[in-house]
Amino acid sequence: MIAIIDYKMGNLRSVENALKRLEAEFVVTADASVIRKADRVLLPGVGNAAEAMHNLRQADLVQTICDLRRPVLGICVGLQVMCRHSEEGDAECMGIFDTRVRRFPASAAEKVPHMGWNSIHNLDSKLFNGIKGGEHVYYVHSYYPELCQDTIATTRHGLLFSGALKYENFYGTQFHPEKSGDTGERILRNFLML
Amino acid sequence: MLTKRIIPCLDVKDGRTVKGINFENLTDVGDAVSLGQHYAQAGADELVYLDISATAEGRNTFTHLVERIADGINIPFTVGGGINTIDDAARLLDAGADKISINSAAIRNPELIDRIATRYGSQFVVVAIDARLSNKDNLWHATTHGGRQETDRELFSWALEAQERGAGEILFTSMNHDGTRAGYPCETFARLAERLHIPIIASGGAGSAEHIAEVLTQGKADAALAASIFHYGEITISDLKQYLHDQGIAMRL
Repeated sequence: MIAIIDYKMGNLRSVENALKRLEAEFVVTADASVIRKADRVLLPGVGNAAEAMHNLRQADLVQTICDLRRPVLGICVGLQVMCRHSEEGDAECMGIFDTRVRRFPASAAEKVPHMGWNSIHNLDSKLFNGIKGGEHVYYVHSYYPELCQDTIATTRHGLLFSGALKYENFYGTQFHPEKSGDTGERILRNFLML
Repeated sequence: MLTKRIIPCLDVKDGRTVKGINFENLTDVGDAVSLGQHYAQAGADELVYLDISATAEGRNTFTHLVERIADGINIPFTVGGGINTIDDAARLLDAGADKISINSAAIRNPELIDRIATRYGSQFVVVAIDARLSNKDNLWHATTHGGRQETDRELFSWALEAQERGAGEILFTSMNHDGTRAGYPCETFARLAERLHIPIIASGGAGSAEHIAEVLTQGKADAALAASIFHYGEITISDLKQYLHDQGIAMRL
């Protein structure tokens, strides 16, 4: 069973629909006991990182998530709260990934938010089995995780940032696999098969 | 590198797509989900579904359709048409839309942009501007009601205001060019792109692949939206994207 953590950070419907298309069984839950028992855990999230951390603390889920030993996938803000710190609302985060989340600098050449299809490179994880460097995935975000030793995919939007991260059983994608066409479906299927 | 996006626009009336020819392997072009899947498979980067129903019943049907689209399509999609209140936006978000597009309602009530963006994020809000270059004062005036009513809102100041209020993207259609198939006003698009930091989607006027190439390069648009050239099969999305790629434009192929 897959648990999708519901911590009131945006609509979970697109993640649910993507799992349905993969014919995977899932529950949407904020119940720590259900999350601890799940084979796979998804932490989606759209919105503000500081608010996301606040909601996770309110739901008393931070330690639960950090203690998980089965594969966990954070998506977008779900990834960001797994980093050390986010500039968005100066948020202390869970510190699973050894990196910081920063705001894209304003520039004439690169628009913020970074919105649309961009390519992923330097793929270094089973999460990307069958995916070639240079394939495109869908991004929508204004804050990015810096490169670090946990980086397993890179993307350039003016500067180079972590498109995906991995530490032990924890995975994160800054892009939205649930909206990334066939490439995204493959990445989600890979996560389910880890 | 971020690619430029190609976005087919599908008009929906009472739950059915209204334009289009029969494509190979697609038995029912009126089925919005099948047609959307067809475009997604052909390489569309996003989809826009525009509800042109005139009745409350039609709107209701559209909401159910949005749920089916969200179930069946694995790329982002925007819905527009008849969104007047934050409740309308919430209903479509709950149905699974990735973005909503607002037009006349934003002009009538600009605070609607702030309210939707604050609650659901800027990435959810596309502000569509249908503007016409007036020969009276030589300014672009935003229009409502499908271009029938001209307003005092001037394109550049209105687009900037929409951005400040929290719009995530601007969808600009020139009513002087829409339907002419003679190309886009590229200079105007470029001026708009230079003033805004949010992405701009170009719409209205494409008659050829060359026109789309122009608006994405000279016009500095981030995305091009088109309807008839795709629906009538004049050019396939995959051929268009290959052509644009060959012109040196970043594309997802």
